Amino acid sequence: MRELLLIIVSAALVNNVVLSQFLGLCPFLGVSKKIETAAGMGAAVIFVITIASGAASLIQNFILVPLGVEFLQTIVFILVIAALVQFVEMVLKKMMPALYNALGVYLPLITTNCAVLGIAVINAQENYNIIQSMVNGFGTASGFTISIVLLAGIRERIEYNDFNPSWKGSPMVLVTAGLMAIAFCGFSGLI
Amino acid sequence: MNKCIERLYNGIIKENPTFVLMLGMCPTLAVTTSATNGLGMGLSTTAVLVMSNAMISLLRKMIPDKVRIPAFIVVVASFVTVVQLLLQAYVPAIYNALGIYIPLIVVNCIILGRAEAYASKNDVLSSAFDGLGMGLGFTLSLTCIGLVRELVGGGAIFGHVVIPADFHISIFVMAPGAFFVLASLQALQNKIKHPVKREGQGDPAMACGGCCANCMDAVCAENHRKLEQAKEASKK
Repeated sequence: MRELLLIIVSAALVNNVVLSQFLGLCPFLGVSKKIETAAGMGAAVIFVITIASGAASLIQNFILVPLGVEFLQTIVFILVIAALVQFVEMVLKKMMPALYNALGVYLPLITTNCAVLGIAVINAQENYNIIQSMVNGFGTASGFTISIVLLAGIRERIEYNDFNPSWKGSPMVLVTAGLMAIAFCGFSGLI
Repeated sequence: MNKCIERLYNGIIKENPTFVLMLGMCPTLAVTTSATNGLGMGLSTTAVLVMSNAMISLLRKMIPDKVRIPAFIVVVASFVTVVQLLLQAYVPAIYNALGIYIPLIVVNCIILGRAEAYASKNDVLSSAFDGLGMGLGFTLSLTCIGLVRELVGGGAIFGHVVIPADFHISIFVMAPGAFFVLASLQALQNKIKHPVKREGQGDPAMACGGCCANCMDAVCAENHRKLEQAKEASKK
């Protein structure tokens, strides 16, 4: 239990997926204009990454390792993740329309999110079992959600500030992200 | 032959993937802690781009339109695995420094973007040169960012120390420095190149406001979908 808790804290805060590992930057910078959309994206990412890391871990531990074909990892993982996102989208549409309406727009965008594949590969490198993988996936995705919602909150405030026009748009967002990254460096002594 | 040179020029200068198209931001920020790492990542991506562009161009008449994206992904992932194994065998130093970012070349939007936009419509030779141009453009920008970060943060150029340790600003080789360097480069680019885009003009119906200076590729996928819908609607 203690170990799982450590995995969550380490994944969400200490090694924050966006601010210290630079995975999933595209949605981080692209879908962070409003707090609501950022939260929706975050929820979809938590959902997909948790399921995808479980599935990837199952495949790694029960198919790739016993057969000795770990070198196929990249190909298998990316296909499984792409198929899984499609499948999740269809299941949600059919079974849980309310959840689909909330997350639906963001799901297709997640297929090419490098965080999903990145977590699957990290789990495989660390030799996590399926529970540890899912917990690590959940923690990482929570870290993503925390940082994207924080960034969206800051962006809503700086939208109307007056500064040099060359820095408007993505340069200012990157500076904000850099300052947030400095703040998150403070967590590095936590574990 | 002129076409090949035009593709090279297009990839390196006119549509430079990092500075102009703003694609593939994750590896750009993550691996540029030193110029050597940036160069290694850029060359690995170039190798994958050239091979996958050539292969997809060869297969372009065989791949059915509906399953083209999964087919492209399989082709790209195979070449990434090849490059990964080669690096592990012959350049272990680069392999260890780049770590998880080598398998992540698969999801680099530059590669799928070029496959979709160029290689699936053009002949083998110009597709390969398109890949080479884009790859070299990516390598050039990664090496430049790596040079700046290594010089300011670690006082070295390609590992040769030129500034004494007292004058290092070590935050530039850490995570926040990556954001600051990229922000400055983009601000510079906005200043020099895009007086129109800077004004924030564009199509407000799009998710990003239609302004390419604000554009990140995830939003582009969404915009692409909206454009397709608009096209369908106008047909009816």
